[in-house]
Amino acid sequence: MSVNFDKFISPVVKNMPPSGIRRFFDLVANTKGVISLGVGEPDFVTPWHIREACVYSLEKGYTMYTSNYGLPELRKEISTYLLKRYEVEYNPDNEIVVTIGASEAVDIALRALLTPGDEVLIPEPCFVSYSPCTLLAGGTPVTIKTNASNGFKLTPQQLEANITDKSKILILCYPNNPTGATMSKEDLQAIARVVEKHDLIVISDEIYSELTYQGKHTSFASLPGMRERTILINGFSKGFAMTGWRIGYVCAHKHFIDAIVKIHQYTIMCASIMAQKAAIEALQNGRAQVSHMVNQYNYRRRLIVSRLNEIGLSCFEPKGAFYVFPSVQITGMSSDEFAEKLLDEEKVAVVPGNAFGESGEGHIRISYASSLQQINEALNRIDNFVKRYAHLSAVNSN
Amino acid sequence: MRKAILKILEDNCRLSAPDIAKMLGIDKDTVANEIKVLEKERVILSYGALINWEKTDEEVVSALIDVKVTPQRDVGFDQVAERIQRYPEVKALYLMSGSYDLSVLVEGKNLKAVSKFVAEKLASMDNVQSTTTHFVLKRYKQDGIVFEDQHEDLRQVITP
Repeated sequence: MSVNFDKFISPVVKNMPPSGIRRFFDLVANTKGVISLGVGEPDFVTPWHIREACVYSLEKGYTMYTSNYGLPELRKEISTYLLKRYEVEYNPDNEIVVTIGASEAVDIALRALLTPGDEVLIPEPCFVSYSPCTLLAGGTPVTIKTNASNGFKLTPQQLEANITDKSKILILCYPNNPTGATMSKEDLQAIARVVEKHDLIVISDEIYSELTYQGKHTSFASLPGMRERTILINGFSKGFAMTGWRIGYVCAHKHFIDAIVKIHQYTIMCASIMAQKAAIEALQNGRAQVSHMVNQYNYRRRLIVSRLNEIGLSCFEPKGAFYVFPSVQITGMSSDEFAEKLLDEEKVAVVPGNAFGESGEGHIRISYASSLQQINEALNRIDNFVKRYAHLSAVNSN
Repeated sequence: MRKAILKILEDNCRLSAPDIAKMLGIDKDTVANEIKVLEKERVILSYGALINWEKTDEEVVSALIDVKVTPQRDVGFDQVAERIQRYPEVKALYLMSGSYDLSVLVEGKNLKAVSKFVAEKLASMDNVQSTTTHFVLKRYKQDGIVFEDQHEDLRQVITP
């Protein structure tokens, strides 16, 4: 008897749409000579001193499991780092779990809290995993559209308008992928008041916190009264250029961590010890390299924003992460159409904005985690492209 | 701003003033003027390229030469240094602490040319006590640039 595979696959998974990025990935991978500004990870290789620390740990024979929570030394370093940099205090003994990247942290935090029917508020455009992870955990994603007009920040009004008596969790991700939006302390305080009023828990994914170019990053957990209501997620991928190491962490009140670590211990056991050893080195001696990388990103950010606006792809100034999220309205094209034509005609890859949620339609995500030379060349090509179509679009609308 | 401009140019001197202005978020005329001043003050001395001559058919041999010098009254090592630096074969010259005094980087067409220069010009110079010549066999890294570095982008072409 042949196997009816569909019968066996969970309906939740079956009904889950494949990532919008996946389809575009195949298109790009099959085109030659492409400059890709579609990459969501640093173009820097992990700083050598961090790689070397990992090699050394292997030579010393560190090849075993660690505590479920992660190496005590690493948790201590994380605790010190968070206190120094973001003024939030977590007990390294029972309020921090080292995870397989921030991605695992999002998953286990949601699974630890959700029961079927619970609603999770997700401001969009956002990273691609929040809704699927919510669904897998039995929750219901409720997306909130944010707008370019106010820099893709979440406003308390937008939040209030989407709250029901089933709302349980709000996911925040600032600095934001894909928009580069940040939220100031005042912006977050306004959100905190709504969170308090409606008794919500916030999962704050602050993976891009190091990449903040104006003002200081405010951790949601540092706001008065919010530490107990926040599950703070961060990691090493973006700030320390350590994406492939898969190393991050989740911090929360002991009660939440007790629940979260249960899932982690049964599904993951522990993050790899090599990556944990490298992460210790990153926190102890990585500051100079991080500053160097942030500086470089900042140069590129200013250059790209200024040139995109000259080209006519209007673009608010992103203050964090390494993305710009310009509107392609001037060409009269949809996100998909723009990205596909640009790839086909000019061999430049960007990601269509609608891959990050409906409200990303009409935009594209451009990553500036690429060398200045590549960025300049790509911008020249985008300039040609827009010149060709902005003209036509103007004619058509007349 | 000055420091930022210098750092950017040190990394890549082919960037135009308007590009640098955009990178720093300042006016392009301000940057252009500042660069002019920096050139005039000889803070910026030259705009060069780092070249891997081994990949061309041009042969270049370089040697680092440790030079011991008898310091002279009032002028110390400066007078000897001044004589040495005039030769176009001398690409770099440093006063060093430690067991010798001057470090001279000499470039020539071949081994013979460099040896000849050392023997005839350098070693025989007044107040030069001794020279020790070290030929460069391979350049791995210079000015922060690794010669054989891999420049291929190993990342996936599109990631979320």
